[in-house]
Amino acid sequence: MRAVYILWLRQIKRYSRSRARIIGSLGQPLLFLLALGFGFGPTFAKAGGGDYIQFLAPGIISMGILFTAVFSGIEIIWDRQFGFLKETLVAPVSRLQIVLGRTLGGATVALIQGVVVFFICLVVGFRFERVLFFPIALIFMFLIAVLFTAIGTAIGSVLEDMQGFQLIMNFIVMPLFFFSNALFPVQGLPKPLQFLIHLNPLTYGVDGIRGAFGRGFLFGLGTDFLVLGTLTAVLLAVGSYLFSRIQL
Amino acid sequence: MTAMIDVHDLVKNFGSFCAVDHVSFAVPEGQIFGFLGPNGAGKTTTIKMLTTVLIPTSGAIRVNGHDPQREQHQVRRSFGIVFQDPSLDSELTGWENMELHGVLYGVPSAERREKIESLLKFVELWDRRDDFVKQYSGGMKRRLEVARALLHKPKILFLDEPTIGLDPQTRNHIWTFIKSLSKEQKVTVFFTTHYMEEAERVADEVAIIDHGKIVAQDTPIALKEKTQAKTLEDAFIALTGHTLRDEEASSSEQMRIMRRVWRGR
Repeated sequence: MRAVYILWLRQIKRYSRSRARIIGSLGQPLLFLLALGFGFGPTFAKAGGGDYIQFLAPGIISMGILFTAVFSGIEIIWDRQFGFLKETLVAPVSRLQIVLGRTLGGATVALIQGVVVFFICLVVGFRFERVLFFPIALIFMFLIAVLFTAIGTAIGSVLEDMQGFQLIMNFIVMPLFFFSNALFPVQGLPKPLQFLIHLNPLTYGVDGIRGAFGRGFLFGLGTDFLVLGTLTAVLLAVGSYLFSRIQL
Repeated sequence: MTAMIDVHDLVKNFGSFCAVDHVSFAVPEGQIFGFLGPNGAGKTTTIKMLTTVLIPTSGAIRVNGHDPQREQHQVRRSFGIVFQDPSLDSELTGWENMELHGVLYGVPSAERREKIESLLKFVELWDRRDDFVKQYSGGMKRRLEVARALLHKPKILFLDEPTIGLDPQTRNHIWTFIKSLSKEQKVTVFFTTHYMEEAERVADEVAIIDHGKIVAQDTPIALKEKTQAKTLEDAFIALTGHTLRDEEASSSEQMRIMRRVWRGR
């Protein structure tokens, strides 16, 4: 357990010391929130959807978590090529402990990032209706943080170098974000698109957070939690397995 | 004398390429053993198998009496290693890198603090302990890695080209330290290097590996006599020939170059 803790702490320290990284990864959510939130706001209201910022904010919070989490996981590639991973792999601790420490560290960083985006949303005009449900939103935020860090870990364990970086960005991270309910309501979309969105784990995370803040669940609290909890466990196992197979 | 490292008929194939080809050798306790060979001869591959991070195709290995595949943790506790590439976290301080290592190896906290202090003082990094490793020079990083490798009191120290790219002062400092270590604490040292004069000066015994096979193994003096060479370097060339070796640039080699360009080592 000490090994898990010290590797978790390492991620937190690295994050808190890198001001450029913190500000840089806040830029994108902020851009989406302001441009889309105010740009589509009037259209959304005219179509009877209400205040778009209220709808969008949980999506943008999830986006901040998604991006940070996947990249925290993928950091394994850096560590692998530039050495530090070796130091942990020859230490007398199990691979499971290493992967748990790393994943929980990455997920914590992503969660912090999500909370910061949440406060930015408040400044921009987001209001939530049920204060008491904030802890539930936090749980959902943490679940997607762990889930996507685990996906990043799985990818990072398989890829040898950063050449595939653009590939991951354009074919995994961006689709996960766009083909979800983060930016628009699912009701009334073409069936194939709806189907795709229902397969996307992020959808359940966004729905959980949106519901917890009092904007109504699409699937319900129980379903969101069950789907997300199960998927997180499965992906954590997959990530750990792929990580355990790394040879140098 | 018992063998600290015992390798028998070790083979590693990568696809159809045989990187390590039926290699056998033994390193007695307390010895300084030089593992020499041209680029791509199989040195690093052998070290990886000895240190549990690469699974051999066939053959038997005993490190401190344990099998690196089946008794990973016993083997891992037995050795400290300085890798060919830097393996420090440059976003952490020197102290934090040591601390992290100590916790991973389960060194109790009081002992850890004492040991870190004495080791950092020994490699003359105590005054810089709270600086980030990214601010260290190449030589300081290496010294920190050597100190770190010794924190959990290993019986064996693996050094994979520990002095590459360092100035003569630092090289001298590191080797003097390692020699005294082996003498005073009976630590077994297994190292690779391209600097033959270093191997000649430091090693009790050397093995020369080429194309995955050991072509000679003896004391530096005996090797020189056998090949009628004046220096170990001449003996080395007599044994391995004049052909230049072109290691295929792997992706990790490319990233290594990229890193050197961007960060400076």
